[in-house]
Amino acid sequence: MIDTLIHILALTAPVAMIFASLFAFTTWLERKILARIQNRIGPNYINIPFTKFRKTFGLLQPAADGFKMLVKEDIVPHGADRFLHLLAPILALVPAMMVLCLLPFDLPFANESMKRIHAAALDNAVLLFFGITSINTLAVFMAGWASRNKYSLLGGMRAVAQMVSYEIPLVLSAAVVIMAVGSLSAQKIVAAQSTHWFIFTPWGLAAFFIFFIASLAETNRSPFDLPEAESEIIAGYFTEYSGFKFALFFLGEYLSIFAINGLAVTLFFGGGNGPWVQAHPWLSCVWFLAKIFGLIFIIIWLRGTVPRLRVDQLMAFAWKFLMPLSILNLFVAAVALKVQQPWLTWPLCALVLYAAAHGLSRLQQKNVGPRTYQYAE
Amino acid sequence: MSTAAPIAAPPYKLVRHDEAEAGLLEVSMGPHHPSTHGVFRMDVKLDGETVVRLKPVFGYLHRNHEKLAEGMSYLSSMPFTDRLDYFNSMANNWAYALAAEKLVDVPVPERAQYLRVIMAELTRLVNHTSLVGFFLNDLGALGTPLLYAFRERERILDLFEQASGARMMCNYFRFGGLRCDVPAGWLDRTRALVGGFPKFLDEFEKLLCENEIILARTQHVGVLSGAQAINAGITGPMLRASGVNYDLRKVDAYGIYDRFSFRVPLGAAGDCYDRFMIRMLEMRESLKILEQALRDIPEGPVMGNAPRVFKPAAAEVYGRVESPKGELGFYLIADGTTKPYRYRVRPPSLINLTVLEDLCVGHSIADAVVILGSIDIVLGEVDR
Repeated sequence: MIDTLIHILALTAPVAMIFASLFAFTTWLERKILARIQNRIGPNYINIPFTKFRKTFGLLQPAADGFKMLVKEDIVPHGADRFLHLLAPILALVPAMMVLCLLPFDLPFANESMKRIHAAALDNAVLLFFGITSINTLAVFMAGWASRNKYSLLGGMRAVAQMVSYEIPLVLSAAVVIMAVGSLSAQKIVAAQSTHWFIFTPWGLAAFFIFFIASLAETNRSPFDLPEAESEIIAGYFTEYSGFKFALFFLGEYLSIFAINGLAVTLFFGGGNGPWVQAHPWLSCVWFLAKIFGLIFIIIWLRGTVPRLRVDQLMAFAWKFLMPLSILNLFVAAVALKVQQPWLTWPLCALVLYAAAHGLSRLQQKNVGPRTYQYAE
Repeated sequence: MSTAAPIAAPPYKLVRHDEAEAGLLEVSMGPHHPSTHGVFRMDVKLDGETVVRLKPVFGYLHRNHEKLAEGMSYLSSMPFTDRLDYFNSMANNWAYALAAEKLVDVPVPERAQYLRVIMAELTRLVNHTSLVGFFLNDLGALGTPLLYAFRERERILDLFEQASGARMMCNYFRFGGLRCDVPAGWLDRTRALVGGFPKFLDEFEKLLCENEIILARTQHVGVLSGAQAINAGITGPMLRASGVNYDLRKVDAYGIYDRFSFRVPLGAAGDCYDRFMIRMLEMRESLKILEQALRDIPEGPVMGNAPRVFKPAAAEVYGRVESPKGELGFYLIADGTTKPYRYRVRPPSLINLTVLEDLCVGHSIADAVVILGSIDIVLGEVDR
C-alpha cells in the first residue's frame, strides 16, 4: 500500500512541479509573443531583488506577478456565497492537475513507477481525461454564480453552454484515434504512432483540426473567449476575483491548456516519439514538451490576431459545423482504415472532408461577404 | 473558419410592459466599463443576452463648457474647444474659428487656408485610424489592430507637435489664420508621411476587411436606414454609411475645399460593417486631398489682419465643419461686447448617439458594444 503511494507520488509530484513552473514560463512567453505581434517590447527587465542585475529579459515577471497576487487583498463581494466563492478556483485547478498525470509523459527517473501505475490503473486514460476535465464547467459556473455579479453570471452561463457544446466534437474527434488504435490507453496510442503519426493521415488531420478548435473553446481561448470577453462582460466569471484566488483561476486555465494540448500531442503527434529517442530515452520528455509548446504558440498567435465570435455564432459553429464534420470524419476514418491503400484513401478522404467543410461553411455564411462601395463626386 | 450569421435581429417579441419585465436582467454597463469609450453608462435590460431596452446615461464628464465660454473673451475659449473631441482638436478649432470669422470679416491668407485643410485632413486620419482600432478592440481583437493604428497615429501627432507645440490639445487656429507657421521641413515630413500612409492602409485592409469573423460579427448588425438617420439628425460617416450623400466639405465647401477633387464613399446597408468600411475608404480620400494641398501650398503669411480686440457687433452666426465624427457646429450670439452672449456647440457625437437604443434592441449584448463602437463617440464632446 505504502509502496504504491510512493510510486504514485514519484510519478505525479514531478509532473505537477514541472507544469507549474512551465506555467510561469508560459505567461512570460504569452506576454512576450503578444507584445511582438503588437509592435511592443513586452516585459524586458525585472530586477533580481537586492541586486542591480536587471538583464533578465523579463523572465522574473511571473515571479513578480505571483508575489503581487499573494499580497493583494482578497475581496469577496458583499452578499456573495463565501464558501462557493472559495471553492470555485480550487475546483478549477484540481481537475487540470489531475489530468496532467494521465498524459504519457515519460519521466526518465520515474520509469519504474510509471510502469506499475499506468499498467495497473490507467488503461482508460483518454476516457478518464474527458471525465475529469468536464468538472471544469462546474467550477466556472460556480464562480459565476457565487460572485453575485451580473457580469459573472453572464460569463458563467456562457461558459456552461460553450463547454458542454464543444465537448462533443472534442470527444468525437478523439474517438477516431481510439478507433484506429483500439485502445483507450495513452501509452498504447503513443506506441501505435511510433512510425507514423496520425496527423499524417487524412482523417487524422481533419480530426486534429476539429480537436484543436474544440480545445480552444474548451479552454476559453480566443476566438472563443466569450466567458471572459473583456469588452463585453469585463472578465466574465472571474470579475469578482482578486489576489490569490484569481491566480488559482489563472493557473488552472493554463494547466488545462497544457493538459488538452498534451492530449492533442498524444492523439495526433505521436506523444514523445521523435528523432533520436531510441538512442536517448530522456529525449522523449523533451519532445513531448516541445510539441505542446508548438501548439501553445499557435494558440497565443491566434489570440493576438482574431476577433471574438458572438454567442449564437459560437453555438451554431459547434452544432452545425463541427459536429456533422466530426461524425462524417468517423465514417471516413472507418473506410480509410478498412481500405488501407494510401494512394486511394488520401485523395478520397481529403475530397470528402474538404467538400463537407466547404459546404457546411457555405450553408452558414449566407448574406455575408465582402462588399463594394459607391462614391459620390 | 465559418460562422452562422443572423440575417436580421432574432425573431424576438419585444415586451414593453413593466409587469412583464420582472424576468429581465438589468445590467448597468458603465460608467466604468472597458468598452464604453469613457465615462458613459448604458442601462441595459436583458432577456438572456438579448437587449430588450437600453437607456444611455451620460453627463459624467460635464464641465460647463458652454457657460464658461460665455464668461470669457472670444479667443480665450479657443483652447477649450480642443477638449471637446480630444481626438480632433484641429477640427474643433476650425469650426470655432469659422463661426467667429463670420462675426467679424477677417480674410484668411492663402497659406493659412491650405494649412487648415492639411491639419483637418491629418486629424481625420488620426480619428479614423484610432476609431477602427477601438472598434476592433470592441470586437474582441485584443488590441493588436489598435496598436497598429496607434503607431500611425503617433507619427501624425508628432507632426502636430512640431507645428503647434502640443500633440493633442493643439490650439493652433486663430481668427483670421493660424497661430504660427509650420517649422522648416515640416511640409516635407508631412509629404513623406502621406506617401507612406497608403501602405499602412493596404496592410490594414488586407488584414481586417475580409476577415470572416469581422464580416459575421458586423454585417446586418445595427442597421440604420437612411430615412431614420435623417430623421434623427445623424451626420458624418454614420450618415453616409446609410447611403445618404451629405458631406459638408462638398455641401458648404468651407475654406478652400472646392479646389480639391475627392470623392465621398457611400454605404448601402447602414450596418456596422458599412460604418467601419466608410471610414477606411474616407482615409484614402483624405490622402488625396492632402496630396493636392501639399502640392499646391503657397508661401506667405499665415495670419491675416485680425483686430487686436475681437469685439463684434451684435449678430447671430453658425459655423460648421465636417469633423471626422459628423457636423460640428458653433452657434454664437454676439451682443457687441468682447464676450459671446450665447455660445452653443452642436456636438456630432451626442446627436449620433441618440439612435443607440433603436440600433441595439433585439441584438445581443455583445452586439450592443460593437454598435456603440461603430457610432464613434468621444465623451468629451457628448458631455461638454
